[in-house]
Amino acid sequence: MISDGVEDEEKWLAAGIAGLQQNAFYMHRALDSNNLRDALKYSAQMLSELRTSKLSPHKYYELYMRAFDELRKLEMFFKEEARRGCSIIDLYELVQHAGNILPRLYLLCTVGSVYIKSKEAPAKDVLKDLVEMSRGIQNPVRGLFLRSYLSQVSRDKLPDIGSEYEGDADTVKDAVEFVLQNFTEMNKLWVRMQHQGPARGKEKREKERSELRDLVGKNLHVLSQIEGVDLELYKDTVLPRVLEQVVNCKDELAQFYLMDCIIQVFPDEYHLQTLDILLGACPQLQPSVDIKTVLSQLMERLSNYAASSTEVLPEFLQVEAFSKLSNAIGKVIEAQVDMPIIGVVTLYSSLLKFTLHVHPDRLDYADQVLGSFVKKLSGKGKIEDSRATKQVVALLSAPLEKYNDIVTALKLSNYPRVLEFLDSGTNKVMATVIIQSIMKNTTHVLTAEKVEALFELIKGLIEDLDGTPDDEVDEEDFKEEQNSVARLIQMFSNDDSEEMFKIICTVKKHIVTGGPKRLPFTVPPLVFSSLKLVRKLQAQDENPFGDEASTTPKKLFQLLTQIIEALLNVPAPELALRLYLQCAEAANDCDLEPVAYEFFTQAYILYEEEISDSKAQVTAIHLIIGTLQRMHVFGVENRDTLTHKATGYSAKLLKKPDQCRAVYACSHLFWVDDQENMKDGERVLICLKRALRIANAAQQMSNATRGSTGSVALFVEILNKYLYFFEKGNPQITVASVQSLIELITTELHSDSTSPEPATDAFFASTLRYIQFQKQKGGAVGERYESIKV
Amino acid sequence: MNYLIGAFKPSCNISITFSDAKTRKQVPLKKESGQAVLVPLFQSQENISGKISIEPIQGKKVEHNGVKVELLGQIEMYFDRGNFYDFTSLVRELDVPGELYEKKTYPFEFSTVEMPYETYNGVNVRLRYVLKVTVSRGYAGSIVEYQDFVVRNYSPPPSINNSIKMEVGIEDCLHIEFEYNKSKYHLKDVIIGKIYFLLVRIKIKNMDLEIRRRESTGSGPSTHVETETLAKFELMDGAPVRGESIPIRLFLSPYELTPTHRNINNKFSVKYYLNLVLVDEEDRRYFKQQEITIYRLQETS
Repeated sequence: MISDGVEDEEKWLAAGIAGLQQNAFYMHRALDSNNLRDALKYSAQMLSELRTSKLSPHKYYELYMRAFDELRKLEMFFKEEARRGCSIIDLYELVQHAGNILPRLYLLCTVGSVYIKSKEAPAKDVLKDLVEMSRGIQNPVRGLFLRSYLSQVSRDKLPDIGSEYEGDADTVKDAVEFVLQNFTEMNKLWVRMQHQGPARGKEKREKERSELRDLVGKNLHVLSQIEGVDLELYKDTVLPRVLEQVVNCKDELAQFYLMDCIIQVFPDEYHLQTLDILLGACPQLQPSVDIKTVLSQLMERLSNYAASSTEVLPEFLQVEAFSKLSNAIGKVIEAQVDMPIIGVVTLYSSLLKFTLHVHPDRLDYADQVLGSFVKKLSGKGKIEDSRATKQVVALLSAPLEKYNDIVTALKLSNYPRVLEFLDSGTNKVMATVIIQSIMKNTTHVLTAEKVEALFELIKGLIEDLDGTPDDEVDEEDFKEEQNSVARLIQMFSNDDSEEMFKIICTVKKHIVTGGPKRLPFTVPPLVFSSLKLVRKLQAQDENPFGDEASTTPKKLFQLLTQIIEALLNVPAPELALRLYLQCAEAANDCDLEPVAYEFFTQAYILYEEEISDSKAQVTAIHLIIGTLQRMHVFGVENRDTLTHKATGYSAKLLKKPDQCRAVYACSHLFWVDDQENMKDGERVLICLKRALRIANAAQQMSNATRGSTGSVALFVEILNKYLYFFEKGNPQITVASVQSLIELITTELHSDSTSPEPATDAFFASTLRYIQFQKQKGGAVGERYESIKV
Repeated sequence: MNYLIGAFKPSCNISITFSDAKTRKQVPLKKESGQAVLVPLFQSQENISGKISIEPIQGKKVEHNGVKVELLGQIEMYFDRGNFYDFTSLVRELDVPGELYEKKTYPFEFSTVEMPYETYNGVNVRLRYVLKVTVSRGYAGSIVEYQDFVVRNYSPPPSINNSIKMEVGIEDCLHIEFEYNKSKYHLKDVIIGKIYFLLVRIKIKNMDLEIRRRESTGSGPSTHVETETLAKFELMDGAPVRGESIPIRLFLSPYELTPTHRNINNKFSVKYYLNLVLVDEEDRRYFKQQEITIYRLQETS
């Protein structure tokens, strides 16, 4: 059915074009032979093709354009006729003899154009007559095209100031009056289209109408082009008249389009000076009009205008643009009760952008915008529309983008209140945006107060807002979010230790509420930033003012203990263990033995009670050994206790190879290179021997269970330890012991029961090469090596 | 008459010339044959004078019982063919009975002739003025020659010329108010006016203004009425809404109008009407007819 309709339309168009061309042909012949009578006859017949009702606006336009071209030729002919002495007034009458109105009016406009050019009558009179006579076409499509033709032929003939058709004192008014009238009539026709025809096909009509809208809008463009339309005339006549028409037509499509047109075609300066009038019209529009887009456009234009030159800024102040826009938005929202929340958000978002551009110095304005936004939202609960929430995010991001500085945004007291209207998901998005902004600009948040405010803003990431943890959160996303929080915590810094301490306390206060899932992410950065402070304090050489109340490493360590303890409930023992060790090391650097000892104790307790996974135990024990090795603060007793424990743990590891490795690692606990009092060669040897025994046991076990000796690698590793201590001058490590170990390995490697292991072979070969190398190097070390035979 | 002349070869040629033939305006007049010939134009109270020449055919003589010229104003009804009603009849005797041997010329004059009616060619009736020259002969039949001329009478602009203004409508369906600027128009006049739509509940397709001529002939029960639409002028295309006002500007000059004739010699009347017609989408016609008076204004040119 529909395709039939389209085909039919094509046919009708083709028929129309054929008829038009045929008559145009005869018209040309008449023109060539200067036969006025025939020319009029055939041109009228030609124009009769435009009387069709069968074409859609789109197709009708095609036909119209052809007629338009032909009419240009006719106009030339009329000009010629007038030059040849034919009275233009007679001609003007003659064309009105045509019986059909549509051809008659097209011809009248054509002659009218020549008439104005001849200047035999004032342009305004001819124009007035034309626009008045055009009322005869009440069919919307035909009327719109006729009037568009009139507008087209008259554009360059308006009695504008400076135009050759300029008339008496009121000449501009006449020109404006003409265009306004044509505009009004066209708009009426355009609006009427919507209500004619069958009730169904509303959408089709709307589509057809939007195809025609530019014909109507063109008039506004013409108005804007009239030189004589100065601000005063625009304010007193043009704008009120246009708006009157816009408001009264009560048509959604027209109102939206025309408001947009007004904003686009007239200069910004005019808009600024007529804000009252323009904005006054907005609440009067139909409730369904997409007014938010209109106003957003306006504000965007004004923002750009403000940005164009600083000279115009005083104008904005003078007309109180901000308060006017702000009021208007309030009124519009009041008037359009059904406005979806997205509309409200968009409006405020535009207003905020406007004020940020125009009054970047007036933070109170921005806050005011947020405040009124909050007021509008209050009582409506959380925003649920996803597009609306996106807009809110955009709204809240605007100040961040503008100031590039979260600190400024934190001064907006209403900012967090807006956040309250977002659901937790969006809140997180917003929080992420805020954090990203901080990261991008590497803004350092300097005071505890601001940190407090900032945490208020990013609450969504810090704790479970609804009280119940959201299980549906994607693990990846969650990690991403928490990592960003972690990064954020690093951004808090202040050179003043007092303030920094306050910041840390504040952060702590917030993150402990985060629950078990968040703590593993948030605790480490806080711990490290605290440790940073500790080290700074330590470097500062013990508080030169002796102020007791001031921050001391001790206080910090107390705090740290609390912070890390929070992790115990998670539970995250491995992490806590690492942090304890970090703290212990810091305490070591501060010469706080008891503190360091306490941290170690905590770490050991964790190891004993919480870390049961064997792999985790291996990692933990190595960490413990590594840290303990570096500790120098401990007295002999404490150190003994701790090393003893560590070796004990090592030997109790589950897997033999792990045991072996842990045990030989323990050997370092008894030999600290740069500390003479911690070089206990004997105990080193005990450890190594023990490691060898375990390696042996491991091999035998492997032999028993799998039929092949296990890795020789352990022996090679132990050999390396031997060599290390040998090189360092441990008297207990003798050439013979090294020598025998090498032999042992060589034998094992060549044993049949050993499964070949290229990596171990290579490792061993490298080790031997190293020995060779050390021998050749000579010197004290070389001499020691000399006696080892390979 | 003519066939008589054709059947019997006239033995003489008669020609009629007006004394001011060269300067007098001539207008076309449609003959029965359909052809238009140019004939002189007169108005009432004018002198009609000229010369009549009678020239016998070479070598013949014409015997006659007298020569006369008549000025006749006739009304001819087509349905009553052949019957003339002479409302004016003036006679001038030109010659006493005798014989003509050679061309003889007679001057004639009808002075300040009363010709109250205009020449008119209608559907059923014709009013004409003619000069008739008769060379009377007893037995062979008279020799007759006619010369038509046209009479047009001019009126001054009427002292009272009210506009026509009227509100009409069909209840709850259509209410309009129309206005024509005058009730009396001259032949080259322009009708200016407007139609104001007070209520529109029907889907109007277009609106025309027609000029209609009503010619009624005869009287009493034998009255014939003939109505012609002389002009159909489209005023509006499409459906208006309440509050629209549509302008009217209709030039009368392109149409072949005559002045309004009221009760000409009790034989016929010619009246003009403006008929406003609205057509809806189902092609139903709604119309309102208003009489206007048309008069002939003295042309200045």
